[in-house]
Amino acid sequence: MSGHSMRERAGATAAELLDEDARVVVVLAEISTGQFGRALRAHPDRAVNVGIMEQTMVGVAAGFAMEGFIPIVHTITPFLVERPLEQIKLDFGYQGLQGTFVSVGGSYDYTSEGFTHHSPGDVQVMLTVPGMQVVVPGTPDELEHLFRATYANGHITYLRPSTATNVESREVDIGRLDVVSRGSRATVVAVGPMLDRTLAAVEGMDVTVLYVTSVAPFDADGLAREVADGPDVISVTPFLEGTLTPMLTSALANRPTRFTSIGVGNDVLREYGTVGDHDRARGLDEYGIRERIGRVLDR
Amino acid sequence: MERALESRTIDLAEVRRLMARATGDEKHDESSTSTLDALAVLYGEVLRVDPANPSWPDRDRFILSKGHGPVAYYAILAHLSFFPETWLDDFMEWGGKLGSHPDRELVPGVEASTGSLGHGLPMSIGVALALRAAGRTEQRVVVLTGDAELNEGSNWEAILLAPALGLTNLTLLVIDNHSSSVQMGPWDAKLEAFGWSTHVVDGHDHGALRTVLTARDELRPTAVVADIPEGEW
Repeated sequence: MSGHSMRERAGATAAELLDEDARVVVVLAEISTGQFGRALRAHPDRAVNVGIMEQTMVGVAAGFAMEGFIPIVHTITPFLVERPLEQIKLDFGYQGLQGTFVSVGGSYDYTSEGFTHHSPGDVQVMLTVPGMQVVVPGTPDELEHLFRATYANGHITYLRPSTATNVESREVDIGRLDVVSRGSRATVVAVGPMLDRTLAAVEGMDVTVLYVTSVAPFDADGLAREVADGPDVISVTPFLEGTLTPMLTSALANRPTRFTSIGVGNDVLREYGTVGDHDRARGLDEYGIRERIGRVLDR
Repeated sequence: MERALESRTIDLAEVRRLMARATGDEKHDESSTSTLDALAVLYGEVLRVDPANPSWPDRDRFILSKGHGPVAYYAILAHLSFFPETWLDDFMEWGGKLGSHPDRELVPGVEASTGSLGHGLPMSIGVALALRAAGRTEQRVVVLTGDAELNEGSNWEAILLAPALGLTNLTLLVIDNHSSSVQMGPWDAKLEAFGWSTHVVDGHDHGALRTVLTARDELRPTAVVADIPEGEW
C-alpha cells in the first residue's frame, strides 16, 4: 500500500475499499477530491462529492447507510466533527448506523490557516456520540490496519489521521492497548503520534509506557492489568488535554491514583508557523513532555 | 413519467378515530392534521409498501422529516396494520413505542428517526442515491417537511444538491400550513430556480395530490407543496 502520510494512506485505503467492497460509499465535501479523483470517476454511484455542504454530507452518508451501504465520510476536522455534530449524533448515533468519519487536520495540523481550521476538541466531541469508536493511529500502516478492521464492524468510527507520525509501526488492534516499556514509578499512556516523543521524553525514567490507538473502545482491563506500581498515571494526547481522563479514572477506580493530563490546551490559538512551532509553544515536544513528567515524578 | 398506482383503502373516518386515541401532544395537533390528507393519498394510492414486511427491499421510502405531530402518520400506519392499533393508547407513555417524534428502531414502517428539523431531506438524498446505486430505479423516496422546517439551512443545501445529482426518484412534499414566521413563498419560483419540478396544490384535494405525487419528472426531482390555509388544519 502506498501513501507516505496518514492522510494519503487514509485516502488510498478508502479508494481501495471502494474497489474491494461493493457496500462501501465515499461522501466528500469538496476536500481531497483530487486525491479521490480516480475513485470518483470509477465509482460514480458510490463516490459522491456533495460540495461545501457538511451537514448534507453527513445526512447523505446516513441515507446510504440506511440502505445497507457502508459510508466513509471525509473532510477537514472542524467541518467534519463540529459543524455537523448533530447530524452525526442523530443521523448515525440515534439511528444505529455504521460508517467511518475520516478527518484531516486534527488539533493544529492546519497551522497556517488559523483557528478556524483547528479542532483540538475533536475526540472529546466525538466521544459524546453514542456508540462512537475513536481511533488515533500513530503511523500510516497502523491507520490502514485499523481502518480496515473497523470500517464494516457495525459501529460508527472516528478515524483521526495526523501530520505527525511515529517512525515505527506497532501491532495495534481496536480495543487493545500495547505495553511499550515497563517501569515502576509511574504509568505514561501515549496516544497515537505522541508515542515517539513520549519515549524520547522518558528516556532514563523508571516508568511504564503504554500505547493507545483505540481511544474508544478503551482497553480498561489492559490498563488495570499493566499499570505500574507507582501512583501516577500520565496521559499524553495529541488532542484536548483531559480527554482521556474519564477512561483512565474509570479503569482505575479501585486503585489510589494521581492523574496528570498532557495535551492541547483549550485556548484560541492565534499563532501560525509549523506544527513543530505549536508543539514547542505548548509543551508538547519531547522537551516539554519531559519537563511535565519530571515534575510529576519529583512530587 | 407516470407509474401505476398502488391502491389501498384508507378510511379517513377510521384514521381520525385512531388519531383520537393518541392524546397528549395537542400542541402539535395542527402539525399532525395538516399532514393527514397528503399521507392518506401517499399510503392509499402512491407508495408501494408492505405492512407485513416493512423492510421489503422493493418498497418506496417515506421519511417524515419534520417528525413533529406524527399522530396522523402513526394512525395511518396502524390503520394499515404496520403495528397494532393498541400502541396508540400508549402514545408518549413510559413503555410505549410511539413518541412525539418517531423512532425507526421502535416503529415498524418508520424509515427514519426524526424530530430535529432539517435532517430528513439530506438523508433522503442519500437514500435516493443508494437506491440508484443498487439499481432500484422504480423505487422512489418521498420526504415530508413542514414549511417552517424549511427555515433550516441544511434543507437549502439539500435543495441545491438534489437537482445537481439528477435525483428523479426523489419527491419533496412540503406541507405548507403557514406556520413559518419567515415568509417562505413564492414556492414555485424558489424551488424551480433551484432546479425542482414544482407543483403547488390544495393540501386537502386528494385528486390534485394524487396527480402530482404520482408524477415523476424525467430529469429533475419533484417538489410538491401542499397548501393548507390557516384555520383549515
